[in-house]
Amino acid sequence: MLDEKQRTELKKLALEIRIAEIEAIHSLGAGHVGGSLSITDALAVLYGAIMKYDPKDPQAEDRDKVVCSKGHAGPALYATLAVKGFFPYEMLSTLNRPGTHLPSHCDKLLTPGIDATTGSLGQGTSQAVGMALGDKLKGLDCRTFLFVGDGEANEGQVWEAAMFAAAKKVTNLVWMIDDNKKQLDGRTKSVLEPFDFREKMEAFGFDAVRIDGNDIDALYEALSVRAKDKPRAIILDTVKGAGIKDIEETEANHSLPISDEQYEKWTSGLRAELAELD
Amino acid sequence: MKIVYNGEKDRAFKELFSEKIPALCEADDRVIYLDADLMNCIGTLGWALEHPDRAIDCGIAEANMVGVAAGLSAVGFKPIVHSFGPFASRRCFDQAYLSGGYAHNAMTIIGTDPGVCAQLNGGTHMPFEDMALYRSLPGANVMDIADTVQLSDLLDQCVDMEGIKYIRVPRKQNKKIYGDGSHFEIGKGVIVREDGKDCAVFACGIMVAKAMEAAEVLAQEGIRVTVVDMFSVKPLDEKLVTELAEECKAVVTAENHNRYGGLTSAVSECLSMHCPTPLNYVAVEDEFGEVGPQDYLEERFGLTTDHVVRAVKEAIACKKG
Repeated sequence: MLDEKQRTELKKLALEIRIAEIEAIHSLGAGHVGGSLSITDALAVLYGAIMKYDPKDPQAEDRDKVVCSKGHAGPALYATLAVKGFFPYEMLSTLNRPGTHLPSHCDKLLTPGIDATTGSLGQGTSQAVGMALGDKLKGLDCRTFLFVGDGEANEGQVWEAAMFAAAKKVTNLVWMIDDNKKQLDGRTKSVLEPFDFREKMEAFGFDAVRIDGNDIDALYEALSVRAKDKPRAIILDTVKGAGIKDIEETEANHSLPISDEQYEKWTSGLRAELAELD
Repeated sequence: MKIVYNGEKDRAFKELFSEKIPALCEADDRVIYLDADLMNCIGTLGWALEHPDRAIDCGIAEANMVGVAAGLSAVGFKPIVHSFGPFASRRCFDQAYLSGGYAHNAMTIIGTDPGVCAQLNGGTHMPFEDMALYRSLPGANVMDIADTVQLSDLLDQCVDMEGIKYIRVPRKQNKKIYGDGSHFEIGKGVIVREDGKDCAVFACGIMVAKAMEAAEVLAQEGIRVTVVDMFSVKPLDEKLVTELAEECKAVVTAENHNRYGGLTSAVSECLSMHCPTPLNYVAVEDEFGEVGPQDYLEERFGLTTDHVVRAVKEAIACKKG
């Protein structure tokens, strides 16, 4: 259980990450804002309270690792890593610029703190499984945290990887599905009905829970549990665009332009929330 | 390097795999072997069952297998991945390309039974395009294997190399070409027969022995050729190709692969840039595979010794002056 102080700190971190995401995407003018915001609370809890890492030694062998298989949520990772000091905050404004270290989709060769190169949907799942399996074979006490998009779960490779992870008892893997209910062409239900992710993951051999993926306490509780004989799946029931009302209420919010006016309105709103918590 | 070719059969590649893969894993605890439910086909299953931490049976899911291999590479392992050629190339190419090559995760990918070696598994299992795919992957090494001595030496090298290494090799035996202990340099062709300079024949894989047989037939007719085992289709030994083309002024390629994208393409690209020379080829004429015994398929797709003999004569006839 989080105490009041921890809860406040994590909420503040989530707000700081959201501000940084909007800064980065606004500096470019447009980007994958919806699916970045939906996983922001989970990132805040991971980097604020759960994970073992050192921003000065991002390649440490026994670090906990994050694989964002929904690679287009790169801005959410970059914002988190910048806030946590993996690289200078000012670098966020280089998002997608020529020669940048922050490409639209995650690239482990370019960005300090990015553990896997993703973007061709589905592929991060197998990489995460392989990384966790390797760490386990080496006897390291670390976990790999995987984000899979709900739309991404259309890809067959996701289910190959899930079957493998459970069959090989890759218990140091935490498999999160960001169920924000939308993909590029519309609602996941209408594009390719995914049915019940929790039941599916359970049927694939995981211990699976479904939580409010934008709730700091629920995230902390779910991510604190260590798996025993089965890998753990956490279905994050999230809102695409979570934390910024205008974006939440925009139906097609996978990728959006951000005007100067919107930038001012949204960041000042987030800063006001931050001030209230101080 | 010792050439011992005399037309005799080599040991089966499967037999070598059953010894070599365990040996590589036992010599280095970072070497790990992944297969897609085909361990039994290359003789590794018995050992694998006793070493589940060193040999991972990924089931019939090649895309995931290559992705898992990429993840293992990312945390310091040296994966060897095996499936039949079509599944080790077409079926998982996006994963090999992005999770592997693009992300700088290293792995050795073995595709068995290339081209007509798929025999009774038929057209669905008959990759004539695997080298074309892997040649297009930036930085990848592509090797078509002639015998077990060569395979053994190249596996020793590949496990420690960066990047994607694609090795295509039959499971049954070829003819023996090399003496034990021969060492190969990736990116360097091997002159396996040097009678004269009427024509240079660049062959790879099962076509090396056929090119040797063809050279013998041609020699009896007074045609003197130089035969090169161009096992390293990428990187190609451009220096050797250019030198022999300049000397011979006629070139033939021989490969168990579509004429597009493999050795014929690689040699053509090299010659057109560095030494325009008449070129003829023995390769599959842009067709899909079909079922049958290998000798039938070699005839059906034009991959016999006679085809090499004819191709050489035609190439010589095209010489200028």
